[in-house]
Amino acid sequence: MTRDEIRATVLRTLGEIAPEADLSTLEPDVSFRDQLDVDSMDLLNFVIALHARLHVDIPEADYPKLATLDGCMDYLAAACVVRSDVGHA
Amino acid sequence: MADFLMPILTADMSAGTLVEWRKKPGETLRRGDIIALVETDKGLIDIEVFSPGVLERIVVAPGTTVPTGTVLAVIREERPTGAPVTAITAPPPIAPILPALQPVSPPPAHPGPLLPAEARRKISPLARKLVAELGVDPATIRGTGPGGVIRREDVERAAAARAAAPAEQPRAPLDRQTRARQAIGAAMARSKREIPHYYLATTIDMHRAMSWLAEQNQKRAVEDRLLYGVLLIKAVALALKEVPELNSLWRGSEAVRSDAVHVGVAISLRGGGLVAPAIHGTSEQDLGELMRRFRDLVQRARSGGLRSSELSDPTITVTSLGERGVESLFGIIFPPQVAIVGFGTIVERPWVVGGQIVPRPVVTATLSADHRVSDGHRGGLFLSAVGRLLQEPERL
Repeated sequence: MTRDEIRATVLRTLGEIAPEADLSTLEPDVSFRDQLDVDSMDLLNFVIALHARLHVDIPEADYPKLATLDGCMDYLAAACVVRSDVGHA
Repeated sequence: MADFLMPILTADMSAGTLVEWRKKPGETLRRGDIIALVETDKGLIDIEVFSPGVLERIVVAPGTTVPTGTVLAVIREERPTGAPVTAITAPPPIAPILPALQPVSPPPAHPGPLLPAEARRKISPLARKLVAELGVDPATIRGTGPGGVIRREDVERAAAARAAAPAEQPRAPLDRQTRARQAIGAAMARSKREIPHYYLATTIDMHRAMSWLAEQNQKRAVEDRLLYGVLLIKAVALALKEVPELNSLWRGSEAVRSDAVHVGVAISLRGGGLVAPAIHGTSEQDLGELMRRFRDLVQRARSGGLRSSELSDPTITVTSLGERGVESLFGIIFPPQVAIVGFGTIVERPWVVGGQIVPRPVVTATLSADHRVSDGHRGGLFLSAVGRLLQEPERL
């Protein structure tokens, strides 16, 4: 999975959780919580959807790493690489 | 024959818009069936039937906004022989508190065909607000959001297109936000005027609860993970068994204890406003089931599809502003309830354990309760029970 595909998935998922948000103005290094008025229930639903779409395991301890768009990209890109390595092993 | 009225679902409800009939004249109605879809300040609500019977006649057409208590339809009651009368009576109505607060809005300019309910719900709350303000018929809007969701831009585009069309008539804007604020204000003013509130607070050590939760969530699949909020809700429900008078509802001049515990959870709505629907039978659910219901309730509160009983049944309310970093809050009681429990955010604080100062996650729990029903002594026992129950999370 390319970074662009991951990014598109993250943005699509965010759009479903905060349908009124204008994601084109999303600051990549500011937390979703501060920009989108999302709460812990929204973030839980975000993680559940990413898990289902990208097939990555996201332990609860890693949730803080998914707080921003940049954080999501780094974490998910790494997780997807690890997964495909395992797949080829 | 029984009149089916526009219900008063919450103390701050003064009017509702009949959006869609889900039953046709002649159809049989069972208790719990959804008879109609009504739009209120709290969003789109599925209205349930309380008395079984047959829908005789529809009085109010879709698209009409009427005050609470208006006859919407007539039901021919069919009381099954031998059935207890209590099983088919509606819950005691909440006293209407907002007589003619503001003029009832005119029916929409386009009563036209209604969208199927599912399609109607695919509209962001902000867009829905805008639809009301601009008076655009949602059926004429093409949604460009994910899965065809109607977004703000779509509404604005449709409104602009309509403005360009000469045949359309302008419509008085309907400021839903202002109306909702007025309604909440009136309900809370009445609560403060009529209910002699007393307030208590205590700080609860959340170390055990949070450690246990982290351990649990490590084992649980992502969709089964728990938020700490469900531990708080369950602890409140169980503590009410020890101080049951806090789980009462006013019926006329009498506060009646409720055997069932239906905790109402305060949920903020996107674009403003608040709703506190019930998790039915809160004390009977295990944490996993409670979490599933909580998630479902939040989702439906924000996208439409709450059931009328969820709005009218809470026997107590739990509210939390922890998400925004607030450390403590004292709620205002929602009539006809007699208590509201508040939780702030969980903060790390120096705490004394066995003579040593250690960092501990703590939460401030508060109780606002009706002095006519309980006193500070009993309220204190309740808060202390909540704190004790949270020290044994595995038993919640």
